[in-house]
Amino acid sequence: MISKENVKQVASLSRIHLKDEEIEFLAKDLEKILDYIKKLEKLDISSVEPTSHALPTKDVFREDVVKPSLSQKDALKITQNKEKGSFKVPKIIE
Amino acid sequence: MKEFETVIGLEVHLQLSTKTKIFCGCKNDFGYDPNTLTCPVCLGLPGSLPVFNKKVLTYGIKAGLALNCTISSTIKFDRKNYYYPDLPKAYQISQFDMPIAKDGYIMITKEDGNDKKIRIHRAHLEEDAGKLTHDTESSSSLVDYNRTGTPLLEIVTEPDMSSPQEAYDYLQALKLNLQYLDVSDCDMEKGSLRCDANISIREKGETKLGTKAELKNMNSFKAIKTALEYEVKRQQEVVESGSAVIQETRLWDENKNVTISMRSKEEAHDYRYFPEPDLVPFTVSKDTIDDIKKTLPELPAQKLERLSKEYDLSDYNAKIIVSDKSLALFFEECAKLYKDTKKICNWINGSILSELNNRKETISNLNLSSKNLVDLIKKVDGGILSNLIAKDVLGIMLDTGKNATSVVEEKGLAQVSDDSELEKIVDELIKENENVANQIKEGKESAIGFLVGQAMKKTKGKANPKKIGEIIKRTLS
Amino acid sequence: MQLNTLVAHEIIDLLKAGKTSAKDVYDSVIDQIKNNEKQIHAYASIFNNTEIEADASTPIPIAIKDNICITDKETTCSSKILEGFKPPYDATVIKKLRDSGSIFVGHANMDEFAFGSSTETSHYGPTRNPWNTDCVVGGSSGGSTAAVAADEAIWALGSDTGGSIRQPASFCGVVGLKPTYGRVSRYGLIAFASSLDQIGPITKNVTDSAMLLNIIAGHDENDSTSTKLPVPDYTKSLTGDVKGLKIGIPKEYFIEGLDDEVKAAVLESIEILKKRGAIFKEISLPHTEYAVATYYIVATAEASSNLARFDGVQYGLRCIPTKKRKTSIIDLYEETRNVGFGKEAKRRIMLGTYSLSSGYYDDYYLRGLKVRTLIKNDFDRAFKEFDAIITPTSPTTAFKIGERLENPISMYLSDVFTISANLSGIPAISVPCGFSKNNLPIGLQVMAKPFDEEMLFRISHTFEQNTDWHKRRAIK
Repeated sequence: MISKENVKQVASLSRIHLKDEEIEFLAKDLEKILDYIKKLEKLDISSVEPTSHALPTKDVFREDVVKPSLSQKDALKITQNKEKGSFKVPKIIE
Repeated sequence: MKEFETVIGLEVHLQLSTKTKIFCGCKNDFGYDPNTLTCPVCLGLPGSLPVFNKKVLTYGIKAGLALNCTISSTIKFDRKNYYYPDLPKAYQISQFDMPIAKDGYIMITKEDGNDKKIRIHRAHLEEDAGKLTHDTESSSSLVDYNRTGTPLLEIVTEPDMSSPQEAYDYLQALKLNLQYLDVSDCDMEKGSLRCDANISIREKGETKLGTKAELKNMNSFKAIKTALEYEVKRQQEVVESGSAVIQETRLWDENKNVTISMRSKEEAHDYRYFPEPDLVPFTVSKDTIDDIKKTLPELPAQKLERLSKEYDLSDYNAKIIVSDKSLALFFEECAKLYKDTKKICNWINGSILSELNNRKETISNLNLSSKNLVDLIKKVDGGILSNLIAKDVLGIMLDTGKNATSVVEEKGLAQVSDDSELEKIVDELIKENENVANQIKEGKESAIGFLVGQAMKKTKGKANPKKIGEIIKRTLS
Repeated sequence: MQLNTLVAHEIIDLLKAGKTSAKDVYDSVIDQIKNNEKQIHAYASIFNNTEIEADASTPIPIAIKDNICITDKETTCSSKILEGFKPPYDATVIKKLRDSGSIFVGHANMDEFAFGSSTETSHYGPTRNPWNTDCVVGGSSGGSTAAVAADEAIWALGSDTGGSIRQPASFCGVVGLKPTYGRVSRYGLIAFASSLDQIGPITKNVTDSAMLLNIIAGHDENDSTSTKLPVPDYTKSLTGDVKGLKIGIPKEYFIEGLDDEVKAAVLESIEILKKRGAIFKEISLPHTEYAVATYYIVATAEASSNLARFDGVQYGLRCIPTKKRKTSIIDLYEETRNVGFGKEAKRRIMLGTYSLSSGYYDDYYLRGLKVRTLIKNDFDRAFKEFDAIITPTSPTTAFKIGERLENPISMYLSDVFTISANLSGIPAISVPCGFSKNNLPIGLQVMAKPFDEEMLFRISHTFEQNTDWHKRRAIK
């Protein structure tokens, strides 16, 4: 059901570079798990609404009031890759 | 030869001008040092959670109403998953299947003078991404997250525009409406309004849509129009050469004035939208919508109608006034102070607009109060200033911020209307131009104008031309 | 008297009476760590607390699961990919604990990103069960439960997405509570599955559980999903009275695969509560068998998105492929995520991505959400008639280290009784209710309707008053 090509495609969507042996065992694992999940197909869900939130809370807002931001120093403390007050990444060619 | 028609749809990203960002309390502003307007939420730090800014909902509803859209009774947010370094969570909180507004329209005036409806497919709220800069020298790109979390309204039209000009007119109309609403400053240079265009061509009479190209990277309305014009030509050439247009994204190159394919960089997108579990759904009641409706300002179309009627302005003049919210405001301020509104309109659409153009200024930044303009106009109407001199006075007023009275006094620019002084001038002129004087005597009234002109020249424009004319007539009859 | 073996409310009494000091209590915990941590490995990192505030209200040494952000303290979710990440902010629960004078002993070990039921998938290596170091502690909050069971902390915070507090609490013989979704702020909890995650207390007894929930519960303006309902004083529900309460026993929880000893202990527990006047009746939660499958769709889908941000751009690990001449941003993402994530994390990210991807969404993710509705409806119906539901916490006692690591489904099934509470958002608690003949703890789970934690405390406290399982210590 799930081919190595499938696994590669999903890995690419997930931005994970998998090694060949990883592709192999993940194909097997996912196959097993998806097979287990198949049991849900037994249920008639045609008239069931989906539940995306655990509880029916609604309308939680904040007011448009300014709160202090982090200083540039604190914001950049989390990275070692910085330059000119910015986060540094390999060059993006547009 | 085949005849083609063009089909254009536009996607506008509009930054809403709330005080704070859409999901956190960081200031929503422009022009700060990089990464000084961030917090754990908009940096997308692990563990942080979004909380929706109520003002963004209000602004979204306002815009939706102004675009004649149906406002959804429930809205929710979804995650749009993709990787890019300017997107710190690697997903954008957006709206997928329950946008805040849909099925609206905006009216534009076509070149033939007829109105055309451009339908709005939908408008949805989402968060903006950060900003990447690419230094040509360096092997790195730099990321500034100040812009991350700026509230955006994405407005998507139906493919209703059939020429680059219509696309341009739609954008002008859209911008005008949104500026009247005061929900965004719609400044393409600052990036608070960004626009992508979908364009395809098809043979006239064909009902199926052709394959479209998506154009990006246009930095002004004019660039959008030029890019679309280029693209119409390019697609026609492709079809006429027997090839097919391919679906792709093309970037507008402002320097070379061409669109360039970026398909090599593209891959199939699968955004894996799903409901944002960190935000709850929001109900928009009819009462909420009604309350917001009450706060809506007069929009351009309504203003146009009212101004034309109330002040008896020509359609042409009223349109110019309404095409700029602050100009319209200025006009109405003046109209309250002086009853000759046609004259005010002429002054604004004439001298004021040309001063604005020359000075590259907006009316709100101009050194001119409505009272000062009205005083100036009154001086002309009262015969104290000639039209010509009044224009100079205006220039000085704008340079110095002084009112007309002090400018006239300081520079001695008041019109000469004193009879004895004018008679002296006329006597001199008659002596200097005997031939002309004789012609007038013989009844050639058209020659009076020449002498009046000479009088103006002699007095550097200060003589009251009407009075000069009368005296000439009286003396020579 | 070994201070570290006491419960928090006893310590507070001693402090109030001036019979001990906050520093002595902390030192006793540190001593215990020195003597036992090598065998147990409850902590991912241990903090250096040099100054102990003398007059705080609750200066109790607490272990914090490694997925709860503490300012400037490495918070890694026990994953290589977050190596070195020190958040510039406190989670809301941490703020509340600070206000109460809590002393943070360290970040407790966990399954990587809470993906697991044994604390074996931690980048730092497994935590071992204090009752038998050949056995797992359960997971994913295994470091937290082990720290409490081994007296290496007085109490702890864990997080529970599908049983991650209750199942390891059951395996370690301690009390673990998953509050109602929304009862405790999630702000600062590094998300696994946002619609299921809750932070909760891990304690040695029910009284402490109520006390710790008192501290951490409440509305938070930084968490849209946190409730505005007022927080009652939970210690007031420790009445010892269950007379007349109607408690359901779902028949679907007493099935094949349920360990005989576990079953016997649970049935015995029911007898104890019956004697105190509770009324028991068999009920049916018909969609129970679909809970694990539903959970693995919903939880992994959300996780695949929640974990997307770990891409090497801003913080944590950044890897660049060595072979390539020129690195693109995609190379950086793919290499960082390959090196940074462990096997189970990759498995779950892949599964979640798959079920959300175009062409599979309806068959997997959407179907999962719909079955979630059915499971939730089962509980809504049950709570119309019953005050609470009692079940075993896990079908077995702690299994051997390594035993289930290569078989994901058998691992997933150890959460079969705990997952439904997360899917339906209801509160649930696990309390010690016996030991196997191999001297491994067994847990009893009590579930109640949303925001009725008081009911859980009332029942589990009454149970505890009539047993002494919770008094046994793993390390003598």
